[in-house]
Parts: sequence; structure tokens; C-alpha cells
Amino acid sequence: MQYLHTIGLEVHVQLKTETKMFCGCGTVYGAAPNTNVCPVCLGYPGAMPVMNRNAVRDTILTGLMIGSEISTYSKFDRKSYFYPDMPKNYQITQYDKPFCVGGSVEVDLEGQKKLIAITRIHLEEDVAKSMHFHKSSGVDFNRAGVPLMEIVSEPDMQNAEEAFAFLQALRQIVRYVGVSDCNLEEGNMRCDVNCSVRPEGQTELGTKTELKNLNTLKGVYNAIKYELGRQVEVLSSGGTIQQETRCWDVDAGVTESLRSKENAHDYRYFPEPDLMPVVLTAKQIEDWRKELPELPRHRRERLVLEYGLPDYAAGVIVADKHVADYYEEAAALVSNPKAVSNWIMTEMLRLLGEREMDIEDVKITPAALAGIVKLVDSDAINSTKAKEVFAELFDNGGDPEKIVKEKGMGQVSDQSAIEELVDQAISENVKSAEDYKSGKKAALQYIVGQVMRLSKGKANPKMVGAMISEKLG
Amino acid sequence: MDFDKITVCGALELMEKGECSSEELVSGLLGVIDSKDGEIGAYLSVDHADALEQAREADRKRANGESGRLLGVPIAIKDVLNVKGQACTCASQILKGYISPYDATAIAMMRKEGAVFLGRTNMDEFAMGSSTENSSCQITRNPHNMDCVPGGSSGGSAAAVAGGEALAALGTDTGGSIRQPAAFCGCVGLKPSYGRVSRYGLVAFASSFDQIGPMTRDVRDSAHLLGVISGQDDMDSSSLNLPVPDYVSMLKDDLKGVTLGLPKEYFVDGMDDEVRASVMKAVDVCRGLGAEITEVSLPHTDYAIAVYYIIATAEASTNLARFDGVRYGFRAEGVTDPIDMYGKTRSQGFGDEVKRRIILGTYVLSSGYYDAYYLSAQKVRTLIRRDFEDAFKKCDALLTPTTPTPAFKRGDKSDDPLQMYLCDIFTATANLAGVCGISVPCGKSSDGLPIGLQLLGPEFKEENILRTAYAYEQGRENG
Repeated sequence: MQYLHTIGLEVHVQLKTETKMFCGCGTVYGAAPNTNVCPVCLGYPGAMPVMNRNAVRDTILTGLMIGSEISTYSKFDRKSYFYPDMPKNYQITQYDKPFCVGGSVEVDLEGQKKLIAITRIHLEEDVAKSMHFHKSSGVDFNRAGVPLMEIVSEPDMQNAEEAFAFLQALRQIVRYVGVSDCNLEEGNMRCDVNCSVRPEGQTELGTKTELKNLNTLKGVYNAIKYELGRQVEVLSSGGTIQQETRCWDVDAGVTESLRSKENAHDYRYFPEPDLMPVVLTAKQIEDWRKELPELPRHRRERLVLEYGLPDYAAGVIVADKHVADYYEEAAALVSNPKAVSNWIMTEMLRLLGEREMDIEDVKITPAALAGIVKLVDSDAINSTKAKEVFAELFDNGGDPEKIVKEKGMGQVSDQSAIEELVDQAISENVKSAEDYKSGKKAALQYIVGQVMRLSKGKANPKMVGAMISEKLG
Repeated sequence: MDFDKITVCGALELMEKGECSSEELVSGLLGVIDSKDGEIGAYLSVDHADALEQAREADRKRANGESGRLLGVPIAIKDVLNVKGQACTCASQILKGYISPYDATAIAMMRKEGAVFLGRTNMDEFAMGSSTENSSCQITRNPHNMDCVPGGSSGGSAAAVAGGEALAALGTDTGGSIRQPAAFCGCVGLKPSYGRVSRYGLVAFASSFDQIGPMTRDVRDSAHLLGVISGQDDMDSSSLNLPVPDYVSMLKDDLKGVTLGLPKEYFVDGMDDEVRASVMKAVDVCRGLGAEITEVSLPHTDYAIAVYYIIATAEASTNLARFDGVRYGFRAEGVTDPIDMYGKTRSQGFGDEVKRRIILGTYVLSSGYYDAYYLSAQKVRTLIRRDFEDAFKKCDALLTPTTPTPAFKRGDKSDDPLQMYLCDIFTATANLAGVCGISVPCGKSSDGLPIGLQLLGPEFKEENILRTAYAYEQGRENG
């Protein structure tokens, strides 16, 4: 029997506000344990929360970005459960009046586009971090109270690949808005998965399980693969699926039952009496809408139209908003914007990857990269030298023209100077010259290479090739 | 110095004239505490050396020409308010060992004005009770009759003021916890409008009801203290950004042009005859001072206690969840895992009444019961609020008894929670509606127990009830 799969995600994204959700403590990751804490985020007697307005704005910007309806009346609620990482043993979250309702995220599945509907986005406070030692446990409250945006999807995904693509698209959007780094290692982005299977032909969804402890994109993918397979296996062998929460065991590569429905928490939500409802005016929401950046997929389409980039190249460029910003700044300065994208997709991304840097940190300015493109297009330098100039500018910055002049990198396009070198190369490589004459076209490249070596890389390779084939032809 | 009579404003005058120092005042009070508190039991802790040092510091400031609205004035603090560096136990075993790392906003405002924090007063555990019998620490006796309760939950503060052990105190009022003990002990107790005084640093019992307020020997002192602790606070989102009037300057000797409403639901059959007689006598005094008296109705009064005990316990069940043994206070010995630690710590650390209310509050919020209890109660709360809005269209303040009876004997109601809850029948409505209220003494029973007159005013119209209470207080003494 064939089975249909249904997957929905709950994605938690830490907002990169300067201070926590309900107090003035800092949010810098990696501080010594329990140093970014105060009576409020430690849940001390008598302490009270005060809402961080920037976190509200960030959440609403994200909602606007994915087409959510923004609530003009929202409120916070208390969600009660006991756990050592919960300072107050209730979490301040939003139950029935979240900031954002509806919306969607478009994912690209090998060229096929699909819209994944979003149910809601709400804002809450993060919990602390439990640490388990040999004989004891500790709690680090630095994370407690960091603003956490929860994005809940509809059960619109049908396999692990779609879930993976959704998370990537969502991460890209959130980074575009600039409200989170979505850094999985630092726990900026975490995800719970609801999934179920049902026999083909059945309309109502099967019993779902909830998967927790998914700390990497790969983990989400693997856990879904495993869990869907497990559910199909259970049903195929005549069993039934229990509604339960399951935990992904990374090492064993399996999901394991954490708690059943009978042991499910009763969170006893009720309105947070220490915070006032949040009432937003239409004007405020419109003002925020004006702050929105372009959606990555719209930008990708625009780069294809505006700069004549192939769709694939546009996709690579827009993957990171800062890269795309850089690209557009440089492309505007040249008549050959495709060359700029080639530079970024090869040299720039390679060096960024090698050095583990972000494009905001490189020394080569967009104008300088445009300068290199212009030098190449006007035959002032050849591509080999251009790469050297790029490497120099990447590390040290500066003006490309000046570097070319200082280092004597200018391309030699002088007919007689090149002819001299060509003659020398042919006389020193008689065998290759003979090979070429007898039809081995590849031998030409070898001789060109020799000329380039003799010119210390400065000869115009097009002229060199033409001259050799003329002489030997 | 007559420590039974001296007021805050009186002491400030003496110190300004140089007729007494803060040190003399404080050491005198410490002497009274030493001799009397063994019996009264108003204080949970008094740090003599610290209080005297604060007093000397105030004297130094005064000598240097500095001033402050409470410079050198000793104030007793209910054990539910955080004072930096002091214990704050809420009279509970579960907060044993906790030392406040910060000042409550009201405390910080008083500190800025030079107040001397004299000591911490007893209370019902986590402010849950009407007799201070729920303190896990000690008994507090009513200075007017040592067999009687001082009321609660701010019973220690009321007894300290009434027993000559403090000039004034801070209390907190969630359903009557300032006004009821003030009535029982014969002092003045003011519950400000919700949002008038910052709750930051007040260990929350019921967040949408709690207010900090003064407990004093006369109305002027309450007006003076309210002026110090009122105002918007960035740390408390429920505090309102409204100007704070100069309450003292608005006190007047007469009630000309003032209309007082008598809510008929507060004068019911079966109420204590002496209480009724005293309150009606007070009505006559007010009329004599020029007030117009009119009857009004608060039709949803019957539901107040039920609504109060649903919403307040719901909030309390979450507010008290943080006492778990993880970060501060008491932690049970011999636990095996976190769940076991929670169970044992909370079973051993909380008293019976607190547990009763946590269980009640947990129940009313539970899945399947929320709509029937919590949500319905919120709707009725809105109706009660509207009752007050309607009533205040017809009058400037309402006049009622503070309590149905004078102070009762210790042990009389401690085994019957429902009877105890009914002690708040005239006071809890103000907390439900968010309006302000004051209790002012209006005579004594034939047993010599004080009786309290309650005045309720519209939200943020503390001047209305202060003016009325002050005029009545003057008229009562002159009449």
C-alpha cells in the first residue's frame, strides 16, 4: 500500500535584539554562564516583565515579509509548566492573539515552486539552558528571556526534502529582514516537527507525532525520513500510531518516545496580567512595511531581468542579502554586470569560504571590483593578472588601477613585443609546433602558455593565440 | 515622646525644628519594640544597628542642609516588599534564606526621600489571609485586645502602627489586606487605585489586584506617603503615566459640594449592629460637614467574593510557581530528581492556605474548566467594574463599613476558609474594579475594638477619598 506523508513545522527563531524580551539584560552569545542575568530574567520574587518594543517590530517585519495579516490587538499569555530551565515556571508567550496570522513561504524544489502556508507567528521568551555534568546539573540563565519568534507552518509539506527547502527559504527570509542570524550552531534557529502518514485514498490525516531535539537542518531532514519510515512500517504491519512527543537521537539515528498524549502538559494558558495588550495602529504597521527589504525570490527574478543573469547565478547571488547588496552596488558601475556575478560566484565566495568571512568584512569595495571588471573589459589586464589584483584587494583594499600600475601588471598588447616572444616560444618548443601543424590543436594552448610564462603573464592571450596559429597555420 | 500618637508629619516637623533627631526617634521606637513586640508580634525582624545607622545618616543629611519628604522618618515594611540586602520571606518557609538583591520601586522612592526602614512586619503567608494567622513564622496580636487577630494580610503593619511600634508602615492590598487590618487595629489604611503605585518589587500574589499602600495614624500621613510612592514606573507596565497631585494640599476641613453614595448592598441584614451604628454615625458627621448623601446600588456585589477567589487564585497559582528550590530560598533535602525536588520543596515550604489557593487556581485554569471559571469570572469582573463606574456618576465617593464585624478572636475562623474569605466582602470589590479605597477609624465596639469606615473613590481619584476621610477625621474629633 502507498502512504501519503504530512509534515508541519514549528520554527523558533531567536531575535538579535540588543536586550532581552522583558528586561534590560544583554543577549550576546557565549558570555560566561549566568552573567547576563537580573531579577527579571531569573524569576526573582517581585520582578516584573517590560516588553521589548524592538522585538515586536522585528516579529511584525517578518510577518509582513511573508504576507501575514498583522493583528492590531495582540496580547501575551502565561504558559505554565515546571522545568528547571524555566525561571518562573511559566513562559510568557502568545496564545490566542499572536502578532501575525497567515502568510506563506515559497520554496524551490528542483525548479518546481511550491507555497508553504504559515499559520501564525508569535513572540515569546526563550528558556535557560540546562547543562548536565558528571554528578550534577546546572542551569545557565543567559539565554532565559531572549526574544524568541515562533513561526508555525500549516501541514503543507510531504517529505523531508520539502521541509528542508522550507527551512532554508525561511532562514533566508529572516536573514533578509535582518532580525536574526538563524545560526543553528548558536541555537538561533530551532525546530519542532509534526508528522503523520496515511494510506493513499484516506482523506483525514493520520495520527501525528511531534519530534523534538532537532538542532541542525540535517537533523530535521534525517529525523523526518526516519519517522515517516517508522510510521509506515508500524501501519504496514497492522499497528497503530500513538499520538506522542518523540525525541531525535542524533547518534543512534532514531526517534524515541518522550511522552505520550496522556502525559501531555496542560499548559493552563491565561492572559499575562503583568503586561498590557499591544494595540497597533494601521499607520504604525504601514510605517514598518516601508522598512521591508525585497523578498529574496523577487530579487532573484529582478536580477535576471535587470542584469541579464542566468537564473542559477541570480539564485546564488541572492542567497545572502549582503552578497546581493554588494553585487548590485558593483553591477551598477559597469556595462558588463554578468562579469561581476562571475567574480562573486568564483573568487569572492571561494575566498569568503576559505577565510570563513562574511562579505561585509572584506576590504575590496564594490567599486574596486567594478574597477577590475572594467580593466579586464578594456584589455588593460588579462584575467590571470586580474585574479592577482582581486586577491590583493580582498586582503588589503585599494584602487585596482593603481595596483596594476605599481606592480607593472599592465597587459602587453604590443604587436612586435608579442611577436618576439612568440618566435622565441616556437623555437624553444619545436615538438609542440610540429604537433600543432600535424593537427593536434591542443598543442596550441601549450605554446600560448609558454608565451604567457615568458611575458610573466602580461601578454594579451587572445593576440598570442591568434599570432601562433597564423605563424604555424 | 508619645510613641502611640506621633505621626509622620508630626515627626518631620519636630526634626525640622531640631526638637528631635531621627536617631532619637528610631532608638525610642526600638525601645517600644523591645518592650512590646514580644507580646504583639508585629515584626518578623528588626535590625537595630542598621536602623540606627540609617537614622544617623538621615541626621547627617539634615545637618548638611539636605531635605527629603521622609528624611529620618522610620517606616515599617511588610515582609512582601523587596528591600535590597534584607530578607524578604513573605512569612513563608519557602523563602527562607532569600536576600533581596534589589529595592522595590516604592522602597527606592522612599529611600530617595530619606526614609529609615525600621523592620519587616508579619503577614499572612504570601498575603493570603485575613487574620495573619497564616503566617508560618509567628502570631501577631491585636494591640487593642491580645486575644484578637489584627486582621490581615498586613496584620503586622497594622499592629505595629496601632501598638506604638511604628509611626507608619507599608502594606499591600489584594482584596482588603490593608484596609481590613487597619479597621481591626484602629488605624488608617489606604489602597491606591490599580496602577497608581508601582508593583515592581512587591512579591506578587494576584498581579491584577495587588497594590502597595500606606498604613498610618491619621489621614494626612496617608496622603503624604501616597505622594511619595505614587507615579509611573518603567519597570511596571501596569503603572499609569498620570501626574501625581499634591494630596496633602487637597485636604479640607469640610465636605461642601461633596456627594457621598451609600451602596445599599453594603448595608445588609445580619451585619453587626455596632458596625452599622458606627458607620451611620459617621454618615451623620459627613452630612454635618456639608456632604450630600445619596443611596446608590452596586448590583453585582454578591458575586464579588466568588469572582475574586477565581481570578486571584488563578494568578497566584502561576505567580507562586517560581518558588521551586532551583534558584533561591528553601530546597527540600533528599530529593532524587527535579520533579521530586518540586514536590517536596513545595509541600514542605508552603503552608496549607497557600497550597489551597494554588490548587484552586490551578483547577480554574485547567483545560476544560477555563471557560466555566476563569473566563466567566472575568466577565463578571467587568460587570462589577461597570457597577462602580455607574455609581461614581452619582457621587464622588462611596461610604461603607470596611468589615462586617470588628476584630474576631484568634482561632475563630482559622478552620473555616469560607468564613475567613467573607471578611473581605466589603473590600475585595475595590480590587476587582481597580478603584481606590481607604479605611479610617469610626469608633469602637462595646468591647473596645475599633471599627472601620471605608471610603471608595473612582480610579485615580485618591484625593476624593483622602479629602472625605480627612474632613471626617477632623469632624469626628471635634464632634
